[in-house]
Amino acid sequence: MLNIQKYVRAQSLEEAYLLNQKRSNRIVGGMIWMKMNNGSVNTAIDLSDLGLDKIEETENEFSIGAMVTLRALELHEGLNTYTDHAVENAVKDIIGVQFRNMATIGGSIWGRFGFSDVLTVFLSMDTYVELYKGGILPLEQFASMKFDNDILVRIIVKKTPGTFLYNAMRAQRTDFPVITCALSEVDGKYRAVIGARPGRAVVVHDTANILSAGITEESADAFCEHVTQNIRTGSNIRGSAEYRKHLIKVLTKRNLMKMGGIQ
Amino acid sequence: MEVKVKLNGKLITEDVAADLLLIDFVRAHGCYSVKRGCETANCGLCTVFMDGTPILSCSMLTVRADGHEIQTLEGLQEEAASFIGFIADQGADQCGFCNPGFVMNTIALLRENPDPTDDEIRVFLAGNLCRCTGYEGQLRGIRSYLDSRKG
Repeated sequence: MLNIQKYVRAQSLEEAYLLNQKRSNRIVGGMIWMKMNNGSVNTAIDLSDLGLDKIEETENEFSIGAMVTLRALELHEGLNTYTDHAVENAVKDIIGVQFRNMATIGGSIWGRFGFSDVLTVFLSMDTYVELYKGGILPLEQFASMKFDNDILVRIIVKKTPGTFLYNAMRAQRTDFPVITCALSEVDGKYRAVIGARPGRAVVVHDTANILSAGITEESADAFCEHVTQNIRTGSNIRGSAEYRKHLIKVLTKRNLMKMGGIQ
Repeated sequence: MEVKVKLNGKLITEDVAADLLLIDFVRAHGCYSVKRGCETANCGLCTVFMDGTPILSCSMLTVRADGHEIQTLEGLQEEAASFIGFIADQGADQCGFCNPGFVMNTIALLRENPDPTDDEIRVFLAGNLCRCTGYEGQLRGIRSYLDSRKG
């Protein structure tokens, strides 16, 4: 059980940041995962009053506040038009509607959870994070960073022309994923993102230009091989490392076939 | 700290602990339809509305509800009465423990989408677990209610 001594609704990012420098204080996102922990929090810092619960869309980008819920992502017309519903597909099986009305993108991305569908799908886009002190960084860089006491303010998705696909394998709907797979072609460059390995999601770029001449059965198989060779998988209660490798091949191939218009 | 919460239309002002969960607050105020189930935010038994949006009260701090309106099934009897008979007619209320959460989320579904397909019902109610029925009874009940509205 989580014990909280004090609760503060921060009135500025500076106030939240200063409070967050103390190790026993914690930023509260949707509180879904945090609540599952045992231990004691001195001050729970709530960002709810800072207007970070909005998705702003301009001609060039989406600016998504850290307190935007997964349900808001799921229903956002602009984001789903841009990603051809990849974002919706990524979050729709995360527990239920009530859960997604609470869980935030900030909590999901900051937590960099291994099982995160959210981290996986956003890594497939031209995505950046804005940290209060750390400034704007590519999400791929942020995803491999260690935890610190900064504050995640917003997620920025550049509307770079692209195509996005997402799928995941779950033992049953609403369960944690056994593996998550996103595939994208952004500005002519392909990347696969694999999460729930069970470690944090990682990006595999088509550095060998396997798909540069287009997607065919042969190039798809070669790219799947490239992805599995560059991903380290592990075993846990949901599946073995070998099973995950197999799933990565199958799901990435399905995404490639769909993207190439072959299936 | 002091919170002001409008619970089923009644304004409550109270000093609460920083870590008091909303489920404990509403049950302390007589809203026993809100059940403690998995406590891992998976089962939907503790569903309440916060400003009309379904949330899980087992994972919400009461202090976060300060200044907001909370509704439980006790405050939504009339809206629920329109369809719960159809669910009962299908025998979908076996042990009954999951029913209040199911009914709350069905209200949310019908407010958002008054004429859902069977798949849309399944997707929206995926966060409400029932260990008795296999969900077919609830689906038949909601479908039967929707069909009855079409005459």
